[in-house]
Amino acid sequence: MSTTATAASIDGIREAIQKGETTAAAVTEIYGSRIAGEDPRIHAFLSVDREYALAQAARIDRIAAKGEPLPKLAGVPFGIKDVLTLEGFAATAGSKILEGYRAPYTATAVRRLAAAGAVFLGKLNCDEFAMGSSNENSAYGPVYNPHALDRVPGGSSGGSAAAVAAGMAVATLGTDTGGSIRQPASFCGVVGVLPTYGRVSRYGLIAFASSLDRIGPLAANVRDAATVLGVIAGHDVMDATSSPLPVPDYTAALDRSVKGMKLGVPAEYFAEGLDDEVRAAIEAGIEKLRAAGAEIRPISLPHTRYAIPTYYVIATAEASSNLARFDGVRYGLRAPQSDTLAAMYRRTRDLGFGAEVKRRILLGTYVLSHGYYDAYYRKAQQVRRLLTEDFLRAFREVDAILTPTAPTPAFKIGEKSDDPVAMYLADIYTVTASLAGICGVSAPCGKSRAGLPIGMQILGRHFDEATIFRVGQAVESL
Amino acid sequence: MPGTERVSPADVRRVAELSNLELTADEESRMRRDLNAILDYVAQLGELDTAQVEPMAQVSEVLASPGDASSEKVSVLRDDEVRPCLNREQVMASAPETDGVFFKVPKVIER
Repeated sequence: MSTTATAASIDGIREAIQKGETTAAAVTEIYGSRIAGEDPRIHAFLSVDREYALAQAARIDRIAAKGEPLPKLAGVPFGIKDVLTLEGFAATAGSKILEGYRAPYTATAVRRLAAAGAVFLGKLNCDEFAMGSSNENSAYGPVYNPHALDRVPGGSSGGSAAAVAAGMAVATLGTDTGGSIRQPASFCGVVGVLPTYGRVSRYGLIAFASSLDRIGPLAANVRDAATVLGVIAGHDVMDATSSPLPVPDYTAALDRSVKGMKLGVPAEYFAEGLDDEVRAAIEAGIEKLRAAGAEIRPISLPHTRYAIPTYYVIATAEASSNLARFDGVRYGLRAPQSDTLAAMYRRTRDLGFGAEVKRRILLGTYVLSHGYYDAYYRKAQQVRRLLTEDFLRAFREVDAILTPTAPTPAFKIGEKSDDPVAMYLADIYTVTASLAGICGVSAPCGKSRAGLPIGMQILGRHFDEATIFRVGQAVESL
Repeated sequence: MPGTERVSPADVRRVAELSNLELTADEESRMRRDLNAILDYVAQLGELDTAQVEPMAQVSEVLASPGDASSEKVSVLRDDEVRPCLNREQVMASAPETDGVFFKVPKVIER
């Protein structure tokens, strides 16, 4: 099997269908058979609906047959992380507690993809309720990294990254609360985008931590990722936190040189705990950007070491509140034969939630409980502001910030699954941007000696995705 | 204070009750171990003096700085008018137990 992403691009597929060189139905069948061939070993998909995909493809082929212009994502095979809803389809969030649930409505980002002509191949595996950094917390079994089947694909959007890496989808939607798009993109050697908080509507995303949750694309290259973000971004009346700012054409300035751009390199991201091979790959990437004319500036983000504890207090507090709705009353699982309502709640949640979800609900409840709120939750919110101010200060000096996406390449399945703190440290370079609400992209930047992908994270100002795409494009072409 | 137990067995039972989670004895001791490990790690936030720092709950709070294009404060409250909502039949189709109009649950009050 080829472990590298396929050559097919979004523009290439649309143009080939437009010219009559192929049909959307044929493209759908090719990807359908790749899933049939590869996915038994990778397990990126939780559900596949060939009929539905072919019906979407047929609509595109009717437009093409009439010679009418095709929409931007016409005939492009997509996969959707299973925390996003599509009307009439399951949305498990990787949890047993949503077994049997069929969404009665479609997420805004998914609806916009469909309106742009995308073809949905299926729903993608992920850590339960997007809680995890390895995809080992899925109630439906782990995803295996296409580059090394004994290794994790990262998480929580492990299925979204692995599907692109194995050529089973041209692009996918993932979600990122503390690194869940960027870290698996890094582990699987694909591009993953964390849009600015408010850039993409969260309507139809099963909530984990509402002040942090974001939806973004994963793709084989920066141009495709930028194209998809342009489709899903923009204001939505269904999400009060979505921004009314206009959406620029993210592909317009993609090929402009990085010459003269000021790129910051924060010392705190190259300290103890960073794998030597990752350090070497990222430093080599930075040197090539310097050679391409970018001005590289050392910067400091002094509160970085406090990001993981801050994140795990805020994210779990919000999760404990958001996940209260899963109680066996309105959807999904209900524990049988409970005599009272209270017993039904407890037994349903005990049966339905996995260990990591319970751990986070308990931690979140603890930090919000009487006597601990000020010491933990309020304190974490104060440090969140300090972490954010670090970035705002840095962005007065530089246009974008370059870091490793993750401290190591993909680790072995089972390696960290018994130690929650070790697992949480896999997100050490990604949670900062999550807390600050800024945008980021992980772009492939070399490989380890063992052939494992390494990702460079490029962080940008709020709503300045155009700049990080431009730097990402330069990294891609190094 | 590593070494001292922040979270006691009684604390675990208390938060489990507050969260409507039922834990087995094994789960209870595992969760106590993990919560203590995580909270020991979180304790380093105490090194920072944050007496003068306002808590930040939402990203929008930091976007309202002068010169920022998104700084205009706009009301995000929608007009109070009736709009279509989810289809009841479809919603009820996913409910574990329903009479088609209401969600049915086990007895709430003993009489």
